[in-house]
Amino acid sequence: MINLESNEPDGPIETQWERTRFKNTLVNPANKRKFNVLVVGTGLAGSSAAASLAELGYNVQSFCLQDSPRRAHSIAAQGGINAAKNYANDGDSVYRLFYDTVKGGDYRSRESNVYRLAQVSTNIIDQAAAQGIPFAREYGGTLTTRSFGGAQVSRTFYARGQTGQQLLLGAYSALMRQVHQGNVKLHTRREMMDLVVVDGKARGIVVRNLVTGAYERYWGDAVLLCTGGYGRVFYLSTNAINCNATAAWRAHKKGAAFANPCYTQIHPTCIPQAGEHQSKLTLMSESLRNDGRVWVPQKAGDTRAANDIPESERDYYLERRYPAFGNLVPRDVASRAAKQACDEGKGVNVTGRAVYLDFADAVKRMGRDGVAEKYGNLFDMYERITGDNPYRTPMKIYPASHYTMGGLWVDYNLMTTIPGLFALGEANFSDHGANRLGASALMQGLADGYFVIPYTLGDYLGKHGNDLKSVDVNDAEFGEAEEQVSGRIDKLLSNKGNKSPLDFHRELGNLMYDKCGMARNEKGLKEAIEEIPKIRDEFWKSVSVPGRKDTLNQNLAEANRVADFLELAEMLARDALNREESCGAHLREEYLTEDGEARRRDDEFSYSAAWEWKGEGEAHELHKEPLTFKYVKQTTRSYK
Amino acid sequence: MSSINVKLRVWRQAGPDVAGKLVDYALTTDSHASFLEMLDQLNRELVNKGEDAIEFDSDCREGICGMCGLVINGVAHGPSDTTTCQLHMRSYKEGDTIAIEPWQATAFPVIKDLVVDRSSFDRIQAAGGYVSVGTGSAPDANAIPIGKAVANEAMDYAQCIGCGACVAACPNASASLFVGAKISQLALMPQGQVERKERALGMVEQMDKEGFGPCSNHGECEAVCPKSIPIKVIANMKREWLKASLT
Ligand SMILES: Cc1cc2nc3c(=O)[nH]c(=O)nc-3n(C[C@H](O)[C@H](O)[C@H](O)COP(=O)(O)OP(=O)(O)OC[C@H]3O[C@@H](n4cnc5c(N)ncnc54)[C@H](O)[C@@H]3O)c2cc1C
Ligand code: FES
Repeated sequence: MINLESNEPDGPIETQWERTRFKNTLVNPANKRKFNVLVVGTGLAGSSAAASLAELGYNVQSFCLQDSPRRAHSIAAQGGINAAKNYANDGDSVYRLFYDTVKGGDYRSRESNVYRLAQVSTNIIDQAAAQGIPFAREYGGTLTTRSFGGAQVSRTFYARGQTGQQLLLGAYSALMRQVHQGNVKLHTRREMMDLVVVDGKARGIVVRNLVTGAYERYWGDAVLLCTGGYGRVFYLSTNAINCNATAAWRAHKKGAAFANPCYTQIHPTCIPQAGEHQSKLTLMSESLRNDGRVWVPQKAGDTRAANDIPESERDYYLERRYPAFGNLVPRDVASRAAKQACDEGKGVNVTGRAVYLDFADAVKRMGRDGVAEKYGNLFDMYERITGDNPYRTPMKIYPASHYTMGGLWVDYNLMTTIPGLFALGEANFSDHGANRLGASALMQGLADGYFVIPYTLGDYLGKHGNDLKSVDVNDAEFGEAEEQVSGRIDKLLSNKGNKSPLDFHRELGNLMYDKCGMARNEKGLKEAIEEIPKIRDEFWKSVSVPGRKDTLNQNLAEANRVADFLELAEMLARDALNREESCGAHLREEYLTEDGEARRRDDEFSYSAAWEWKGEGEAHELHKEPLTFKYVKQTTRSYK
Repeated sequence: MSSINVKLRVWRQAGPDVAGKLVDYALTTDSHASFLEMLDQLNRELVNKGEDAIEFDSDCREGICGMCGLVINGVAHGPSDTTTCQLHMRSYKEGDTIAIEPWQATAFPVIKDLVVDRSSFDRIQAAGGYVSVGTGSAPDANAIPIGKAVANEAMDYAQCIGCGACVAACPNASASLFVGAKISQLALMPQGQVERKERALGMVEQMDKEGFGPCSNHGECEAVCPKSIPIKVIANMKREWLKASLT
C-alpha cells in the first residue's frame, strides 16, 4: 500500500522552507563520508545534485548514458531560465513567480513546492554567474532579462540561445571538480536497468555497461533518479534520441507511484515534420514569440506563398483571440490554437500542418542586425534544416511533444513512495502542475539539485541513515534484480522477428499523437487503451534485435527502452481517460466552455493522480493526492 | 520529396583491439533526410535483414550536445557548417560515394565502428576547467558587473560543444582548440581570475598526458569547428600557460 503523505510543512508559506530546514535532522560532517549516494543522470538536476552532495562530503557515484555527463539532454535548452530577481524593476517578486507558476500549471501543482521553487530561483542565478557562465549582459555590465511565454514581467535570464548548454556546463564543471577531488565516481555509458529495494528501502541499482554489455551492481544509502522526462513516448519529439523512461519505469514497477502521466506538453514552436525518416523534431525557442507574429491565411486552402498574401487576408489568430497576451499566450493555448487553425484547413506547408511565425515587423522595427543579435543562431539553425531564410519569408512552425510534467510522485522532500528513492528534475512530477511555463524546467532542475536535495537528503539520512541495514552487492535482492534484467535482454536478442525496434517506436508515436496528443476524447483514448497492448504483444512477437549483448549495441538499448514506453503509454492513456476535464496542456474535447476554451472541473479533479503498479497483467491502482489552494485562488485562466 | 541513390563506404570495426575496414553499402534515401537519419535508415534495413547495425553516436540531433561526429569523405563533420547531425542529404547528388569514418586519434580510441572514447576530454576538464565555487557561496549575480563585450566574447568561447572535431581534423591530433576555448572563457570572466594560473597549468598538463599532439598552427581545427571557435584561443592558451609557468 503506498503512502501519499505530501509532508508539506504547515504555517505561512513564506517561511515553510526556512522552518523545514531548521527542523531537519543534520548529518554530522564527519559522518557524511560514510553515506553512499547513487545519482542517476547528469542533466541539470543530476549534475547539480551530485556536485552539491559531494561538496557536503557525501560519497557520490554518478551515472549517465552518454560518453560524458556534459551531453545530457539539458544541454539543448535554448530560451532561458526564470528567476524572481526583479532586476528589471518591473514588479516581479518571489510571490509573483509563485503565483504565475501555480496559475500557469492550471492549479494542479502543490503550492508549497512551487513557493520554494520561486524562493530558491534567485540563488540559482547567483550560483551560475559565479561559475563564470557568460549570461547576456547590459552595457553597464549587469545581467539582462527578457520576458518569456506567459509572463508579463521580464524575468528570464539567458546566454544567447544556449542557456541550457551554459547552465549544464556550469553544473558539469562543478561535478568534474568533485570528480577530480575524488568525491564523485563517474560512470558514463551506463544504463540503469533496475532499482534494488531491500527491506522496503531503495538500496541500489543494476546498470548495464553500454560498451561491454556487462551488468554492474551498485549499492547506496539513497538513490536519486535525475533521468529526465518521457516525451519520447510520442516518438517524434524535441527530446534527444537517448531520452527514455526506463529508469523511472523500473522504479515504478518496484513500488514508486507515477503521477499525472497524461500531463505532457506539446510545444507550439517546432519545425514541422518534413519526411518519413525523420528521427526528431527541432524546437525553435519560444522566445521567438516575443518578436514574431503567428498567423495563417484567413481562407482555408489558400496555397499562395506567404509573402503574396496581403495583410488584410491574414489571420493573426493569437492576437485576435487573446488581445492581452497576444503571441505570448502559454504553450498549451498556442499549441491548441495552431492545431485548430490547421484542422480548419488553414494550415500551411505541403502537409497542411504548420502555421507562420513572421518576423517582417520585427525586422522593420529592430533592423536585420537587431533581429540577428537576438535570434541569429536560431535563424541559422532554421535555415540549415529547412533551406528557407526566415529574415525573408516567415518561419513555419507546428507543435511537438516537448516536456512531461508528469513523473514519479514525490513529497515535499522530493522522495518517492519508496523510502530512500528520490526523483529530481523532469523525472518527478512536482512543480509544474498540468502545464509548465517556459524557462521553468531549467529553474526546477537546478533548484532540486543545488538547493533542495542537499537539505532533504540530509534529513532522510540524519533520521534513518544509522538504522539502514548494511547491504552488499552480492545480496539476494541484487541477484534477483540482475536476473530479471538479463532475462529480458536475452529474450530481446533471441527473438527471431523481422521488425526493428524503431518501427515499433514509430507506430506507438503515431498512435499517441493521434489519440493522446493535444486534444483527447473518450473514444480515442479507449481505442488507444485497446491498441497499445496489441502493439506490445506484436513487439514481443516480432521485434528483431541482431548483434551481441557483450558489445556496444544501440539497437538493443533502443529495444529495451521501447519495451518500457509500450507499457508507460498505456498508463498515460488511462490517466488521460480518468481525467474528465480540460486543464493545462491537456484538453478533453468533451469538456469545453461555450466559447470552446478548456473547462477545468475543480470540484472533482483538484488532485494529483498517482498510479500504483500492481503487477504484470493487473490494472494500475489510482491514488489521489488532494490539492488545496490557500494562496492562489483557483480561477479560470483567461489570457483574453 | 525526392529520393537519391548513394554509395556508402562505412568503417566497420568490431572492437577496440581488432582491425577495422571500410564496407560498401548502397542505399536509396530521401534528400530531406538528415545524414544521421540516412544512417538510421541503413541500420533499419540491416536490422530487418538480421545483420548488425552500424554503431555511431548521436543524441540531441540539433548540433548542441557534441555527441555526434563522423569523418565524411575525409573531413570532420563533412560538408556541414556545424555538426554531422545538422548535415542533410540535400548536400549530395545522385550516385555520390560517401566514405564515413570515425574520429582518428590516439587519445580517442575506437570503441566500435564509428564510436570513439572521448573521456580524455572529461579528464582535461576535471584538471581545472571550472571556478571553485561551492553551492551556496555565490555573491549576488549583479555584484560583479561584466561588460557586454567581454561577456559576448567569453560566450564565443564557452559555446564549445566538446565534440572533438578539432582533434580529428588536426594532423597532430592536438586538443588545443578545445582546451584553449575553456581557458580563454574563464580568463576573460572576472570569476575565473583567482584560479587562472592553476587552470592553465592543470589543463595543459592533462592534455599532454592524454596523448594529444602539440599545436603547430595548421588551422584545420578552426576550419571544422562547428561552433566557430577561433584559433586565437590557442594563442591565448599558450600565453596563459607561459605566464603561469614563469611566475
Ligand atoms: C529542445 C529543448 C529546449 C528546451 N528549452 C528550455 C528552456 O529554454 N528553458 C527551460 O526551462 N527548459 C527548457 N527545456 C526543458 C529542459 O531542458 C528539461 O526539462 C531539463 O533540462 C531536464 O533536465 P533533467 O536534469 O531533469 O534531465 P536531462 O537533462 O534529460 O538528463 C537526464 C540524464 O539522465 C541520464 N539517464 C536517463 N536514463 C538513464 C538510465 N536509465 N540510466 C542512466 N542514466 C540515465 C541521461 O544520460 C542524462 O544524463 C527544453 C527542452 C528541450 C527538449
Ligand atoms: S547529436 Fe548532438 S551535436 Fe549532433
